[in-house]
Amino acid sequence: MNPFTATIWFKSFADWAENLPVRIHDWILGLLPAWPWLHWLTTALLAIVLILTFYGLFFAMITVTERKGLGRFQNRPGPNRTGPFGLIQPFADAVKAICKEDIVPAAADKVLHFIAPCATVFFGLLTLAIIPAGRHFTALNLDAGLLYFFAAGAASELAIFMAGWSSHNKYSLLSAMRALAQLISFELPLLLVTVPVVMVAGTLSLPGIIAQQGAWTLGGLVPAWNFFTPWGFFGFIVFFIAALAETNRCPFDLPEGESEIIAGHLTEYSGFKYALFFMGEYFGMLALSGLGVTLFFGGWNAPCEFLQFIPSYCWFTIKLFMMMFMFIWIRATLLRLRIDQLMRLAWKLLVPLALINLVVVAFWLRTGDWAGPLQLVRWAVAILLELVPFILIGRHMSKGLGPRKYKYAQ
Amino acid sequence: MPAILFYIFSALTLAAAIGLVANRNAVASALSFFVCLCGISVLFVMLDAHLLAFLLILVYAGAVVALFLFIIMLLDMHGGKRPPFKKMTIVASSIAGALLIFGAFSFFARGQFSTDELALAQAPAFFTDLKIYGAKLFTTYMLPVQLVGFLLLVGMLGVIVISKKHEEKEPGDRIQEPGDKP
Repeated sequence: MNPFTATIWFKSFADWAENLPVRIHDWILGLLPAWPWLHWLTTALLAIVLILTFYGLFFAMITVTERKGLGRFQNRPGPNRTGPFGLIQPFADAVKAICKEDIVPAAADKVLHFIAPCATVFFGLLTLAIIPAGRHFTALNLDAGLLYFFAAGAASELAIFMAGWSSHNKYSLLSAMRALAQLISFELPLLLVTVPVVMVAGTLSLPGIIAQQGAWTLGGLVPAWNFFTPWGFFGFIVFFIAALAETNRCPFDLPEGESEIIAGHLTEYSGFKYALFFMGEYFGMLALSGLGVTLFFGGWNAPCEFLQFIPSYCWFTIKLFMMMFMFIWIRATLLRLRIDQLMRLAWKLLVPLALINLVVVAFWLRTGDWAGPLQLVRWAVAILLELVPFILIGRHMSKGLGPRKYKYAQ
Repeated sequence: MPAILFYIFSALTLAAAIGLVANRNAVASALSFFVCLCGISVLFVMLDAHLLAFLLILVYAGAVVALFLFIIMLLDMHGGKRPPFKKMTIVASSIAGALLIFGAFSFFARGQFSTDELALAQAPAFFTDLKIYGAKLFTTYMLPVQLVGFLLLVGMLGVIVISKKHEEKEPGDRIQEPGDKP
């Protein structure tokens, strides 16, 4: 086989792999009678099944990664008894959760107590539907896709509230109050920091935002992702911190701060309902990670031009996994914040930075035609506009805070 | 098919609205308000007004219902016996009800249900195309937008003033930072 035919064979194989989901979809439709409504229904059902299996399996595998990863961070092996390397652990856990007794407190609001875990999973899945997971993998393509994401995500705080209130438990109620305050506060920077991306892309549709980032510079080696611009870099950091808080992850896991309020809104939950909460939380994390990948890391685009032969859904999966790994890494590294520290972080640091980011992106768009040395000036000004306010606000916030002095111990 | 969906979701919306008014429990009322909003937004989606539907959920469910719940929790309203109506309340509510019935009657008796073709052709473009919507907000409806923005600013300042006063009254409430001087 000479190199030329090898290249052609290779290209056709890449095309085949890329279009595999479309082929499977067409094959299934070909088996059915040609009624339009049946085809419409089958397409919708296939999308639902795909979302459930893909993100369900991803959730199962990420729990293993988290437990094994945390184990490694803490110098212990982690789960390693069930199956090879402990890979079947999540399925064993699922069976255990189903078999456990479901205890509902006598004073609880039975209906809300039941609805709360279902709502968590439901809204998590709703948000996942809008994330484009590959070139041909967009379950729901809407003009106002980003708005849909936040509209569906906004309801997740109600689920936590329902859980906390319906349990009729002081700790649960405290947790619900904390959760509402935290989620409302951090939704603001999260929303504000997505606006620059919309301004640059000129559309709210997520495939449109990905298409805007689907180019390469410097000979096809550096992708034109939003992350590799000053506003994108700072914007992503704010986005990531807000996403951590929005999904109640460490160091912002105050709603279930087990050192103070037992397990927060999960105190009165057991068995499979508890597992559902766990699942909903991870779906929320997956959705926000997917949104972060879409907005700042070019979605399913390959990082280098010559790597395009790997199917787009593989790239999306890899990026999603890396985002999730960041979540786990931070959980293993940082300590939990206090509630006033958390609020100060949101309102005094993240919101101003997100607003400044808007100014910077306006400057960036205005100076898009600067070339040559002016390009360096553009970068320098944009970076300074981001960095100086950050340092000033940071110094102001940490004024008077020194290392803790111990009275009775050294 | 859309007709069936319309009836299902209108029934859901109406049921939730009745639940919102009739429920003794404040939290259940707030949550049925949320269900009601979801039903209305589905009706908007069926009219191809996606933007309106998402904004409704985002603003009301994300912020307003959450704030309702927050206030209900802070005031610890657990339903229970309601005090009997005052005379003023009865008079005011009967006047409001009469006005509402009169308005509905006049609408059904004299209102136009057959809209003209031109308005129908323009209406979807206004609500579906985001760019047209945004442009209208910044050109035709500039003054209302500015006024609402100003109103919100005044409200925010009011909140700040109220909470500042509270802080001064109770200096002991301030949370001590590790580096603070005693």
